[in-house]
Amino acid sequence: MLKIENLKAEIDGKAILKGLNIEVKAGEVHAIMGPNGAGKSTLANVIAGKEEYEVTEGSIELNDEDISELAPEERAHNGVFLSFQYPVEIPGVSVTNFIKTAINETRKAKGLEDMPAKDMLKMIREKSELLEIDRKFLGRSLNEGFSGGEKKRNEIFQMAMLEPKLAILDETDSGLDIDALRIVANGVNKLKSKDNAVIVITHYQRLLDYIVPDFVHVLHDGKIVKTGDASLALELEAKGYDWIKELA
Amino acid sequence: MSKYTEEQLEEELKTQEYKYGFYTDIESDTFPIGLNEDVVRAISKKKNEPEWMTEWRLEAFRVWEQMEEPEWANVHYEKPKFQDIAYYSAPKKKPKLNSLDEVDPELLDTFKRLGISVDEQKKLANVAVDIVMDSVSVATTFKKTLGEKGIIFMPISEAIQEHPELVKKYLGTIVPTTDNFYAALNSAVFSDGSFCYIPKGVKCPMELSTYFRINEGGTGQFERTLVVADKGSYVSYLEGCTAPMRDENQLHAAVVELIALDDAEIKYSTVQNWYPGNKEGKGGVYNFVTKRGLCENNAKISWTQVETGSAVTWKYPSCILKGNNSVGEFYSIAVTNNHQQADTGTKMIHLGKNTRSTIISKGISAGQSQNSYRGLVQINSRAENARNFSQCDSLLMGNACGAHTFPYIEAKNKSAQIEHEATTSKIGEDQLFYCNQRGIDTEKAIALIVNGFSKEVLNKLPMEFAVEAQKLLEISLEGSVG
Repeated sequence: MLKIENLKAEIDGKAILKGLNIEVKAGEVHAIMGPNGAGKSTLANVIAGKEEYEVTEGSIELNDEDISELAPEERAHNGVFLSFQYPVEIPGVSVTNFIKTAINETRKAKGLEDMPAKDMLKMIREKSELLEIDRKFLGRSLNEGFSGGEKKRNEIFQMAMLEPKLAILDETDSGLDIDALRIVANGVNKLKSKDNAVIVITHYQRLLDYIVPDFVHVLHDGKIVKTGDASLALELEAKGYDWIKELA
Repeated sequence: MSKYTEEQLEEELKTQEYKYGFYTDIESDTFPIGLNEDVVRAISKKKNEPEWMTEWRLEAFRVWEQMEEPEWANVHYEKPKFQDIAYYSAPKKKPKLNSLDEVDPELLDTFKRLGISVDEQKKLANVAVDIVMDSVSVATTFKKTLGEKGIIFMPISEAIQEHPELVKKYLGTIVPTTDNFYAALNSAVFSDGSFCYIPKGVKCPMELSTYFRINEGGTGQFERTLVVADKGSYVSYLEGCTAPMRDENQLHAAVVELIALDDAEIKYSTVQNWYPGNKEGKGGVYNFVTKRGLCENNAKISWTQVETGSAVTWKYPSCILKGNNSVGEFYSIAVTNNHQQADTGTKMIHLGKNTRSTIISKGISAGQSQNSYRGLVQINSRAENARNFSQCDSLLMGNACGAHTFPYIEAKNKSAQIEHEATTSKIGEDQLFYCNQRGIDTEKAIALIVNGFSKEVLNKLPMEFAVEAQKLLEISLEGSVG
């Protein structure tokens, strides 16, 4: 699904990713952990194609196609989804209108007609139930005045609607209380299939109690310094990150 | 790959071309340039006007001659040379038409290119169209349906002939000939426009719609509109404008007067897309318009405008809330791009008791444009319990444009309640990236954000107009994202 080789990226001339390798296969869940400033969010943004970051070396392949030169919307059309750590507000644009536009623009890019309103409605109903989202919520302006939990739930709702091949959840657990965390994790688990993959970026073990990863990678100073199974996350929780820094 | 930075956003906004830049080659009958009493008389004669009308025009001309062009607005432009303008132009082929099939095919083609073909309009079952092309109406539809209700909807030149008593009674009562420089000029030389009368208690069954369009190069356009809603009646009036590309600046000085008698309601919606000039700021229409309405007891007037065109806009649709319990509303979206300048807003004059007014203004500035809101809320001493709510929001794109707000409040009655809110925001790269990440390209993302910003006003437009307005917003701001 995703194959990243020797990825080096910088922002404003400052190197953040310094030769990163990772391979994620369909059906897998990978967790990326690491201390603040390790480059976790940079990795998410670079995969999604944020322009401020410059890829100086290496490659990003999605299903054997190099996507590192594609515009962010083209990567999205190819099935990359990023759940933002800080989702932005768009006043006056309802959650429904936004997701409708996103779906139809993606369909247009693939040469398809707009999704019939009836199908869209059915899908919205299903997915909002899955994430325990109230109908009234769908009419509100995107992220405007949303609580932290509502914002994250809305991100996963969009993921459910867009059905991406590769979903990257950037600190989706931050700002969530335990109930919201359970709903969000439950949603992600239900969306998992043998055909898609999930990368969970997190600081803490907490989310991984609910979304159990097949692999856990530790990112430090722009490189993956250790890879293990779910037990590695527990070890990090117990021992902190200092011993990892010494590994590097 | 569309690498997107703030600078590129600006760049893209600069590189859009006027979509409606073409010139219809219809034979025209144009007066020589210049303005004096003889020209005013000639215009009046050309239209077979009665003596009182000729005198009314001459009086306005004499006042205008003594007046000076106003300079207080936050706009800078080369003043029109009023003696270099031709004050009358009418299409020469002016056959009486029984059906739209008889309309000059080239004219129909013009409307098709504007995306507002008459054919299309006819299909919108509830819209009657009175098309004004270069000053003279060439097609009027749905007259019969309206006639059955006693509704009069016709070019004002015909109304002067057929309903002189109504025109004489109301013309110039809301915007007097002496009101301001451009209103005086319009009164002297207005070529045509629309007249509408809704009889007592009648709810007009369809939206009344007029399309204005400047066509002949170097021709000034002076439209005159008069809408009278008699007691207890209701009418929704739509006015839409586009103009073809021209190198020299064209002057457009229209006057619109609305009269809502007791318990009547008038909704007046405008979409204005005159040629804004090229990206260097050359050419474009000067849009100096006076629009004002009068509300008697329990009457209501709503102005809704979407202003995307013109090089310079100077326009303040206003309400005089004379009657008790009368209501005035102003909903506006003004978009400026490149070198466009807009100074627009409203005046709400509260005279009666329990009068209420609402002002929602959305300014969107891009390129090197300047966008000003200027509004006056005046509560007079006898206006007990008057209320006003004003909201002025500005959205900026790039770093070279400007947004300005000039709210004036005069309250002479202690019971008045006045609220004013204002915000300024900018389309951020984070917003664009968020949209991009969801598969929405930057052009579409800007349209989405702008439409969201303008939603409260777009919602006030009649359905079919809202769609057109939304399209216009996109066209006005679209770039060439690679």
